[in-house]
Amino acid sequence: MQVTRRIHLPRHSVDFTSRSATFSGVLLGALLTLLISGVVRADVSFADVADSVQPKVVKIYGAGGLRGLEAYQSGILISAEGHVLTVASHVLDSDTVTVILSDGRKLEATLVGTDRRLELAVLELEADDLSYFNLQNAVEADVAARVLAFSNLFGVATGDEPLSVMQGWVAAKTVLNARRGTFKTPYRGPVYIVDVITDNPGAAGGALTNHHGQLLGILGKELRDARTNTWLNYALPIAQVIPAVNYILSGKLRAASEGNRERPSRSLTLSALGIMLVPNVLSRTPAYIDAVHADSTAHAAGLRPDDLVVMLDGRAVESCRSLRSELSYIESDAEITITVLRAGDLILVPLRGGRLNVTTDETSP
Amino acid sequence: MKHCAAIAGILLAVTTGAWASDDASSPPHPDVLAAEAERVAVIASIIPPTVAVFANGGQGGGSGVVISPDGFALTNFHVAQPAGNAMKCGLPDGVLYDAVIVGVDPTGDVALIKLLGREDFPYAELGNSDALRIGDPAIVAGNPFVLANDFQPTITYGVVSGTHRYQYPSGTLLEYADCIQTDAAINPGNSGGPLFNAQGELVGINGRGSFEKRGRVNVGVGYAISINQIKKFLGYLKSGRVVDHATLGATVSTSEDGRVVVDDILESSDAYRRGLRYDDEIVRFGQRDIRTVNAMKNALGIYPRGWSVPLMFRRDGQSVRRMVRLAGLHSAGELARLLQKPVEPPQPKEKPKHKDQPDESPKRPGHPNIRSILNKSQMPKVVADHFEKRPGYANYHFNRINQDRIWQAFVARGDLSQLDSRWTIMGSLESDDPVTIQLSEDTGTLILLEGDSSVHYEDDLSAAIKPPRTGGLLAALHVWHRWATVGLTRFGEVYYLGTMPLSGDGPMVDVLVGTYGGAETRFYFDPNTGDLLALEMFSDDDVDPCEIYFSQLRSINGHMLPHRLEIRHASATYAVVEVKEYQFGDEGEN
Repeated sequence: MQVTRRIHLPRHSVDFTSRSATFSGVLLGALLTLLISGVVRADVSFADVADSVQPKVVKIYGAGGLRGLEAYQSGILISAEGHVLTVASHVLDSDTVTVILSDGRKLEATLVGTDRRLELAVLELEADDLSYFNLQNAVEADVAARVLAFSNLFGVATGDEPLSVMQGWVAAKTVLNARRGTFKTPYRGPVYIVDVITDNPGAAGGALTNHHGQLLGILGKELRDARTNTWLNYALPIAQVIPAVNYILSGKLRAASEGNRERPSRSLTLSALGIMLVPNVLSRTPAYIDAVHADSTAHAAGLRPDDLVVMLDGRAVESCRSLRSELSYIESDAEITITVLRAGDLILVPLRGGRLNVTTDETSP
Repeated sequence: MKHCAAIAGILLAVTTGAWASDDASSPPHPDVLAAEAERVAVIASIIPPTVAVFANGGQGGGSGVVISPDGFALTNFHVAQPAGNAMKCGLPDGVLYDAVIVGVDPTGDVALIKLLGREDFPYAELGNSDALRIGDPAIVAGNPFVLANDFQPTITYGVVSGTHRYQYPSGTLLEYADCIQTDAAINPGNSGGPLFNAQGELVGINGRGSFEKRGRVNVGVGYAISINQIKKFLGYLKSGRVVDHATLGATVSTSEDGRVVVDDILESSDAYRRGLRYDDEIVRFGQRDIRTVNAMKNALGIYPRGWSVPLMFRRDGQSVRRMVRLAGLHSAGELARLLQKPVEPPQPKEKPKHKDQPDESPKRPGHPNIRSILNKSQMPKVVADHFEKRPGYANYHFNRINQDRIWQAFVARGDLSQLDSRWTIMGSLESDDPVTIQLSEDTGTLILLEGDSSVHYEDDLSAAIKPPRTGGLLAALHVWHRWATVGLTRFGEVYYLGTMPLSGDGPMVDVLVGTYGGAETRFYFDPNTGDLLALEMFSDDDVDPCEIYFSQLRSINGHMLPHRLEIRHASATYAVVEVKEYQFGDEGEN
């Protein structure tokens, strides 16, 4: 597949000043600047800006359909030939991923590749002459800058209906210091924290722009602080995204199709992890954990009976069989992340094949 | 749009890290101050008509907004219903007013109530919700979490996030078709309250939000019923009825090639009689182009039962435009039955929790003390004076006063009951052929060159459904004669339907519905003059009516009488009669 044609990406990413600051400090700063700041006159209304952005954002439909696992998300067109930047999620784990453009055109998308650290994916459509955001022209915003968020939250827009638009301000620019027990995400890096409620179902992959409609970032996946039960409204700055997009388009992370993936000589197995699944009675028996052996890796990592395995390293697990199959492609001593659904929550559990995952980077930034 | 630009102009340019107050000495840009002053003025103007609705002795409630100086106010059906027929409404002037239910639209989640006690209430101007653009400012006023113990509304501010959204009903009720989506905070208690545009015009009634994972608090996704939809229903709501939405009698789906096509149609529907068939493509409905099923749901969801709406459909490359009469979404009695179900769960009679409720509020005439204010079982006299219970109605009082109003205006144009009830109408057809119509209490005759048609009216009009291809012209003429000569009280069963555009695209007119002789007749009156403009007589359910349009009204001895009768049936004109002379009594006998 030809993936690197005419897409303009800068060699050097835009510098994103990441600073660690307490949220309260940043918010106070934002408040102060609100009161004392000067003004740049805008010559167009938000409505005009919204109109200019809508053709560059899309609705994405794929796998899912359960509560907490919606079958839709949002995306940003990044080339005239139909490259779509979005988040890597279960939605893309489908034989057919459908993208609907702002004019209602319905196109089938091919997954070009994913970046598991940033949880980003690039899709490709069969199309020409599309409106798009040139990532090269993406800008930065400062704390207290006015922003607009475009997304298909709650899947409320269908067909040619425009994505939802929300407005707010950049509340903070900080480093997402995710770790187990708080925000479960593999991403550790600079983010925009916004006072726009962007963590609604289906919003991930949407566009954060400034008040001129210039792209600032991509709305991140839903993140909840497990301790405080608060949800984080954030976006990944485009500067962080560009290397990943480059990498994906250069083919290094091209999604391996099932046919040409190679099995390692020693694959990871469920028994090595200490997991027993429920009896495989149907062709698609959901991958529920029936039992976890004491003293096993799975036990130490916190997996429990009745957890439903829904993803393995970002790939959808649809059944007991597909979990076994996916494991067979993984080295026996590889680090993996199993995503389970437990009491309505999606929980990411990092594991290392064969032995306990006791890395120290859980606590370091 | 000037406002939008100005508000958008408040970009706060800040150097990262430079939070020190270097800039504190430089005054804000004049544009910022101007935009701020403008916004403050708009918000000051939207506060006075915003209503805090209290239900269940202060344990629940919501919001509302006054829309006319005589106290008509809009709220949600789901706010008004638990409140019962009488409710207490606080305005920001600090006064708690008695209010009475007027009309309800359970499908659209709208209720019209009337605040009592003044003729000079502050009220909101109605805007044009179809002119809203995504990104426009959106201002919400209301009573979130029923906080407004002092009746001062909470203001939240955001943008229009979406227009023409469709939110599915629960069952067949509380459908939000063609609604407005906003990120201005809408929380429980905001229900029924106003959504304003940047000019402070009322553009929607907030009533719903997407919530899901965080419990029932705002996640920046609120929905408001568009004021343009409510404008269509307002005349119906003022009739005191439980009003219904419309159905086309056909369902649509998206075909393989992305067209919106009919996938089922009732043969009894008007759409079917107008020629719509299975697999026809819907191109346009009302004022909307139809490209998606949602667009069709939105286009249809804004219409009240009984309206006629232009429909354009395509078959074999040919486009066909027809005026289609919309039937009710619910069958007779179905709405009333549905409303029986979600009756208010009995509330334990507790003492009011809000001790700071306005015991000291100014007493108005007939205004009982706070204890009985919160005792729902006792209807205040001022409310009882404006309430009349009757099955099928939210408040029959308002139906009756409208019937009386229309009758008085009609009679003021000449009381035809004072004339001899034997009428002879002489005129000519478009072909210049003469025509004579003779009407009396019990007979009707149509004399044409090609022959006569004559009936003797019985209690049942079924014998008078002739001549052919008219839908029952002789019966319709008799109904007209009966209305004019015996009047409102003796005609038969009559109710006020509300207002609708005459023949679908004409001016808004008052509509009375009368049942007599087994036929239902709609009478259309000019709301300004009181003249009868048209009538439609339905000899049976699911058949095309006989329509008579009356025009060229001229005074005959102080009685306004039409000198042109256009008779239509099944969207074709049967005849146009130019009246040359009216005779009353013996002078008309041959």
